[in-house]
Amino acid sequence: MQPENRDRFPGGDALPEFPPSAESVKRRPRPKRGATASARTRGEILYGSRVADYPGRLFIVEGIDGSGKSTQLTLLAQWLRGKGYPVVFSEWNSSPIVKSTTSRGKKRKLLTPLTFSLIHATDFSDRVEREIIPSLKAGAIVLADRYVYTAFARDVTRGVPPRWVRSLYRFAAVPTMAFYFRVPLVTALKRILSGRPSLKWYEAGMDLDLDADVEESYKLFQGRILTEYEQIVKEYDLQVIDAIKPVEVQQRLLRQAIQPHIEHIARTGELV
Amino acid sequence: MKRFGSYGEGIPGLDLADLTGWLIVIEGPDGVGRSTHVSRLREHLERLGYAVAETGLSRSDLASRGISRAKQGNTLGSNAFNLYYATDFADRLEHQIVPALRAGFVMLTDRYIYSLIARAIVRGADGEWIKNVYSFSLKPDAVFYLRTDAEELVPRVLEAGGFDYWESGMDMPMGEDLYDSFINYQRRVIQELDILATEFEFDTLDATRSVEENADQLARRVSQLLEATESLRGERSTA
Repeated sequence: MQPENRDRFPGGDALPEFPPSAESVKRRPRPKRGATASARTRGEILYGSRVADYPGRLFIVEGIDGSGKSTQLTLLAQWLRGKGYPVVFSEWNSSPIVKSTTSRGKKRKLLTPLTFSLIHATDFSDRVEREIIPSLKAGAIVLADRYVYTAFARDVTRGVPPRWVRSLYRFAAVPTMAFYFRVPLVTALKRILSGRPSLKWYEAGMDLDLDADVEESYKLFQGRILTEYEQIVKEYDLQVIDAIKPVEVQQRLLRQAIQPHIEHIARTGELV
Repeated sequence: MKRFGSYGEGIPGLDLADLTGWLIVIEGPDGVGRSTHVSRLREHLERLGYAVAETGLSRSDLASRGISRAKQGNTLGSNAFNLYYATDFADRLEHQIVPALRAGFVMLTDRYIYSLIARAIVRGADGEWIKNVYSFSLKPDAVFYLRTDAEELVPRVLEAGGFDYWESGMDMPMGEDLYDSFINYQRRVIQELDILATEFEFDTLDATRSVEENADQLARRVSQLLEATESLRGERSTA
């Protein structure tokens, strides 16, 4: 591996050889943790350039369904727009071209853990190339509702090898800051299940055969995803937000956290 | 007995020991005559009594429509295209190739991961990255590589109705017009295939020789391979 690859995201320094040795197949990835790893990997982007080289900034939110992350991101977007910042919103699973295949696969239950993982990576890649990077170049604040960590948590829960899915997303730009909304499973389930009774097949993890009952399956599936997330938080140093705190308290924390990173960004009506 | 292996950690949930068939890959650039050889080989093997199935790129139930729609508009990011093809391939691997191998078929595959890796690298993807993406794939029993130079492809392409936008790398593009871009693009693809041929130990056939000659070669080599593994499995009666 060339020296510049060491800084690549995520875990670019821990890529398996191809074809891998029997020994390496058995090894579960143990990425580096702590200050060194995050300082070196923060700000890396597709094929070597850095988010920090672009005028824009990228903030992302992660968490299980019902953690309140989307509400927080929407509030953040409104606040930023109100202050005259250029804001671009990027949602998980929203690339127009790829979406039709994803929904076809979901409707007809054609997706396996492998193709589920790959089609979401396709969608994400399209958004990185055509939405996220150009917006960062243009000096916008990009807000993403779910990011690569969603794939790491879900796909691994579905049985996809952790090391493979991390390498799959190596092209992604590392966010300026990544927030994880930590919430107890029961709280999240109560929020979701009280408001929306009809859960979709893959959303409930029915493809995993955890339980014949959709709601039971959903609970078990979310529990497993939560466990994966906790591992990811440590691995990638995500900023943890206590999502049982009042909405406005969380929002205040979020605003404080991003403030130092956006001061250089040009606002409308402001003289440059 | 376990005959199949994977390049990486394999397909989630798949037991390789269940696969009793054969996976034979025909690789080569656009217009080199792969499909002719696939059908010749199929006839030959069926005559010998083998059950044969076929697959080729962008033929998946899941993603083939999406890919052709994306190609028409040329509105998908270049790296996203690489992953779209990987999705299509994974779907065919799990829903066409694996079931055929489980049923003991000879699976003839018109191109495999190698062409997809080559086209991705030519379009700027990191080689190690794209190989890792495809590391879930099964190792084929044999890869036959129909090798030729880019210039040799031109007559066949003209015969088949002219230069295709994508086969000419016009999405980049690589030359002033379709012809220049086609030559430059195919040269680069062949260059990458040559590297992969060494790395993955392809069985290379000189595609400038006559179709008859290569078809005979292929028939002979594949028959030998099937017989060798059959006797390994102890299933062939001592006739």
